[in-house]
Amino acid sequence: MRILVCISNVPDTTTKIRFNSDATKLDDTGIQWVINPWDELALTRAVELKEDTTSPVKEVVVISVGEPFIEPTLRKCLAIGADKAVRINAEPLDAYQTAGLLADYIKDTDFAFVICGIESGDYNEASVGGMLAEMLDYASVSSVSAIQFDGDEPVFQRDVANGKEQLKIDGKSVLIVQKGFARVPKIPNMRGIMTARSKPLDVIEPADSVPLVEFVSYQSPPAKGSVKMLNDARELLDHLSNEAKLI
Amino acid sequence: MNFQLTEEQSMIQQAARDYAQRELFYDVIERDEKAIYPTEHIKNLAELGFLGMLVAPEYDGGGMDTVSYVLAMEEFSKVDSSIGVIISVNNSLVCFGIEKYGTEEQKEKYLKPLARGEVTGAFLLSEPGAGSDATSQQTKAVDMGDYYLLNGVKNWITNGNTASTYLVIAQTDVEKGHRGINALIVDRHAEGISVGPHENKMGMRSSDTHSVQFTDVKVPKENRIGEEGFGFKFAMKTLEGGRIGIASQALGIASGAYELARKYAMERKTFGKEIIRHQAIAFKLSDMATEIEAGRFLCMKAAWLKDQGLPYGIASAMAKQYCADMAMRVTTEAVQIHGGYGYVKEYHVERLMRDAKLTQIYEGTSEIQKIVISRAIENGDI
Repeated sequence: MRILVCISNVPDTTTKIRFNSDATKLDDTGIQWVINPWDELALTRAVELKEDTTSPVKEVVVISVGEPFIEPTLRKCLAIGADKAVRINAEPLDAYQTAGLLADYIKDTDFAFVICGIESGDYNEASVGGMLAEMLDYASVSSVSAIQFDGDEPVFQRDVANGKEQLKIDGKSVLIVQKGFARVPKIPNMRGIMTARSKPLDVIEPADSVPLVEFVSYQSPPAKGSVKMLNDARELLDHLSNEAKLI
Repeated sequence: MNFQLTEEQSMIQQAARDYAQRELFYDVIERDEKAIYPTEHIKNLAELGFLGMLVAPEYDGGGMDTVSYVLAMEEFSKVDSSIGVIISVNNSLVCFGIEKYGTEEQKEKYLKPLARGEVTGAFLLSEPGAGSDATSQQTKAVDMGDYYLLNGVKNWITNGNTASTYLVIAQTDVEKGHRGINALIVDRHAEGISVGPHENKMGMRSSDTHSVQFTDVKVPKENRIGEEGFGFKFAMKTLEGGRIGIASQALGIASGAYELARKYAMERKTFGKEIIRHQAIAFKLSDMATEIEAGRFLCMKAAWLKDQGLPYGIASAMAKQYCADMAMRVTTEAVQIHGGYGYVKEYHVERLMRDAKLTQIYEGTSEIQKIVISRAIENGDI
């Protein structure tokens, strides 16, 4: 069984976000790029499944839409344990275009299921997974928190209000996974890092897929106000009532 | 000249940083306070391949270059320099020594498990009366035909109790002086070995330091490294590489303290502004950052020379002496920037200051490094 994990290349979560002069684009000077944390958990679990000899998963492929500068991120995926990486050579402009490019590649493949992190750490739109399922006419299974196998058949677990739901899907599916899908992201070992360079990283030219969204402008949140240290509860009540007018 | 790391080097740096920040940080204060050996962490780091990262893949190592090793050592030592020294001794003294000078049989039997991190190694050179003066070995390895009979005491042995494989430097022929010294691979569990109590140290408290006594220990002849009398040269050559490990450990201690001090200086306010905006503090941080960068370049230069197969003994002495002394200065200033908070354990910098002190002492004191450097000056090499 082959499975596919979709990877988004995002700025490190500690990056200080700046925009270009007309505030229409992220200023990527000096940014450290990383695997989107949700995708990293998805990949970790996918690799665990491959390494588990009792699971039917035998190959893990990762795919990302991006320009050549994202290749170190894909190499890291290979170091973590993916067998092959695919880069669709285009700048991702919005979720619709990204999903369209991914769908065009996936439609003729034999992956048993596709895994997407629930959202990306940069735009946090949480859209690609759902769109991808729709474009491929696959089942969309959202908020997946665990996966196991009944023989060769995957059983997906979703966290629902007051409980857990177990699902089997007739046909192919896109799993949209959240934290908990793997405990912590896998750190690549030396052997993984050494072999990453010799694993295939295919670059394919993009199909026609146009974005629907135009980003007009970005605005940084206002700077945090200063902190006021209070001495006792009476002072707190006084501030809440007279200054903040909350009570 | 290229200051750009390769993809592999960046990945190793990131892997070490992830493990250090995610796993080592949360229990480092407790391990220091109670002097607990990091058994579980060493097991995890062995699985990640860090215990034998410099060893060639054919001997089950990671096959990484020395630049990657410096990067990893810095990241581990930023958080926990005890982990740093365990990795350093295993990689750059024990594994390096056997890989470079050992026989194929020795590599098969001893190097492979060490490189896989299934066991750790220790390097036994110092004695109660022979530290910097390594030619005055009192431990005797008497030639008994097909084995050596080992007697004596070794001091300050990192991994002394936990190691399975000892590299022991001992005198066989007293009349030949340092040319009568041998290096022997000794099984830690051989009959006649007794390990002294855990040393209650000022810093690096979770590394496992002991004295080791040998009483009529039989060491097979095939466990000698190199020709008869090669031991002193072996020790000196091995320590040349060891200095790169300790230099990058000191670098990590300094950069860890600097990062904590910078964070604190940006948050802590006095006289109505963050203390980083007081020039007295800003200039301290400026000096710290510049000195750390200088130390990093010295480590990288020594590592690069080693990777190129060029002589690196002087460069590694410079890196070790500068980084150790620099780490002492930087950590002292980090405590000063923290004020009273720097003096309590919760803020980490006091531990880093205690740890820094040892880097000026072990694997060749700062003074010994200056002897190496000044002799090179005298010989016209610099």
